[in-house]
Amino acid sequence: MTRLTFAWAGIVLAVVAPGAALAEVEYRAAVLRVDAPGPMPISRLDLPPADLGFAGAVLGTADNATTGSFLGQTFTTETVTATPETAGAAMKQLIDAGVPFIVTLADAATTVELADLARDLAGDDVLVVNASSTDDRLRGVDCRANLLHVAPSDAMLADGLAQYLVWKRWTDWFLIEGSHPQDQALAQAYRRAAEKFGARIVEERVYEDTGGARRTDSGHVQVQAQMPVFTQRAADHHVVVAADHAGVFADWLPYHTWDARPVTGSAGLVPQSWHPAHEAWGGTQFQSRFEQQSNRPARDQDYQVWTALRVLGEAATRTQGGDFAAIRDFVLSPDFSLAAFKGQKLTFRDWDGQLRQPVLLVADRVVASVSPQEEFLHQVSQLDSLGVDRPETECRK
Amino acid sequence: MKLIAAMASSVALLAGPAFADKIFVSNEKGNSVTVLDSDSLEVIHTITGMQRPRGITASPDGKVIYVCASDDNLVRVYDAATYEELPSLPSGPDPELFVMHPDGKKLFIANEDDNIVTVVDVETRQVLAEVPVGVEPEGMGVSPDGRIVVNTSETTNMAHLIDTESYEIVANVLVDSRPRFAEYTPDGKILFVTAEIGGTVAAIDTATNEITKTITFEVPGVLPEALQPVGLRVTADGSKAYVALGPANRVAVLDVASLEVTDYLLVGQRVWQLGFSPDGQFLYTTNGNSNDISVIDVASDEVTVSVQVGEQPWGVVAVKSD
Repeated sequence: MTRLTFAWAGIVLAVVAPGAALAEVEYRAAVLRVDAPGPMPISRLDLPPADLGFAGAVLGTADNATTGSFLGQTFTTETVTATPETAGAAMKQLIDAGVPFIVTLADAATTVELADLARDLAGDDVLVVNASSTDDRLRGVDCRANLLHVAPSDAMLADGLAQYLVWKRWTDWFLIEGSHPQDQALAQAYRRAAEKFGARIVEERVYEDTGGARRTDSGHVQVQAQMPVFTQRAADHHVVVAADHAGVFADWLPYHTWDARPVTGSAGLVPQSWHPAHEAWGGTQFQSRFEQQSNRPARDQDYQVWTALRVLGEAATRTQGGDFAAIRDFVLSPDFSLAAFKGQKLTFRDWDGQLRQPVLLVADRVVASVSPQEEFLHQVSQLDSLGVDRPETECRK
Repeated sequence: MKLIAAMASSVALLAGPAFADKIFVSNEKGNSVTVLDSDSLEVIHTITGMQRPRGITASPDGKVIYVCASDDNLVRVYDAATYEELPSLPSGPDPELFVMHPDGKKLFIANEDDNIVTVVDVETRQVLAEVPVGVEPEGMGVSPDGRIVVNTSETTNMAHLIDTESYEIVANVLVDSRPRFAEYTPDGKILFVTAEIGGTVAAIDTATNEITKTITFEVPGVLPEALQPVGLRVTADGSKAYVALGPANRVAVLDVASLEVTDYLLVGQRVWQLGFSPDGQFLYTTNGNSNDISVIDVASDEVTVSVQVGEQPWGVVAVKSD
């Protein structure tokens, strides 16, 4: 095996007779999780599990291996944690060890740095797959040719929610954004979505993060006093849309707004790529396999890492025995598609490397709806009604 | 000639009620099985007391009905004449689809959660074997000579051909994404496998186990991603195959000789599974989102009527009445 290619068996197998001696082909991948120190989530239910994302890697690798057992293919996935400071060194180590398919769980800035490092060290021989950051810049001005995104973008999530709200005729929005840059980016995605689908933002407010602990004993007493006042005297609106990537305030909005209006966005009705209550399109099978394996419900990042590794597995199945260039070319070709419990095939956008996918609209205990909504048509794929479409992309990779 | 025709029709009229068939429809959300009279298409009975019934089939003599009760984790068994519940069969967890061996003794059940196919003896109610297959086993088919059972695995994207004597996998055929259903032509020469997400049907030559043609679908005004082949049935004479296209709300008619699609029949919403009347004159479709079944006249390929059943009908089997 050369440094950056898979061992090559040289057998094309459309039909596989079990028991026949198969030359084994090994497919190697890695998941690199960059943990940045940050404040605690508002709810203890949202504390990150130690195996966040990695549990999805274990399942994805096992699913690939089951298929691979019929084709003489084996799959190994290394999982690595790093800090923003050590992420580059960890990436280099993986590339030096000959891993050509690297899934990242990192913030937007780190993701770009890792993709650039991979390109500098290995050119086209390493593919980086973003399974965490939803930042639109990664699909726009900061896009990279060696970087794919299985996590949906902020624009896709915002559009998914916007389609439903417009379908519901809740067109007048009260937008509340946080004070962090990623909150402002998300708010921008909602402004864009409103314009795109014919909603109006009638009031905008910024919820300043003044620091301080988010969980204090009987903290709800102050929240109950503050939130109604914060939302008082807003222009007439149908819904509140919260843009709170940092997780500072949105969870406190439902039932505390001055006006009796539903909360959506970062709390209430939330657009997400995955949720443990999702059962449609065989989703139950994923949930039960995952829960049996990891003794907890799957999170977005787990599903996204599973999806990233299934991209490799699917390409391995379809190309069979090829070197990594064949895998990479197939993944980037229009022939690639993946089944991932979303009711239709998922494909990559050639203009920005984003995986097209339906968006779940989650109302706490259930998946209330799935976007795209039927009524929003598109000339190419209805999934391209979500996010940044070909004519508007700022990606020049 | 006239006389004979008149006689024939009067005989048919007289014989009609006595030979009426019964149609059994599993209602996934309704937790019930709806029983209809095939002549009047009236609901004559509703069997309750099961959780999430999906796959449904009958014994070769039509006297016993088997239902995959997915959330009960067993196969429920009913007398087709009296609707009395008979002792259940073990199925392994979350059974979705199964196929009855032509000998009427062995049931091959796909267990989605465990990546296995469970083989159950319906007389002794013992598990005979568990065959490891790909991820999320779903579709089950059996060759007309009973020697091969086919299982499709939805995430592995393969048809696994299992020897019914040794319970060993003898071949794996790679097909398109999320294969849902497998059905042989009556002469056993072609194996059809539907791929829901791939949007195709693979026609597999059983002599070589190679795909001879991947059949695609196209309906003007229907989004390509909505063309999702699920259930498939071949007529007894082997001339035509019908393919349920899920959210496209259509059943495709396939000419088996040329493997070309000849027609698309508009039925109810999210058409899922198909079943013939015992005489092969009619094809029944379960339409999950409109809570009805459609009746297709096989000779003319006309959709003649739709009949309301329970909530989210999933599978259908028709048997002769006593």
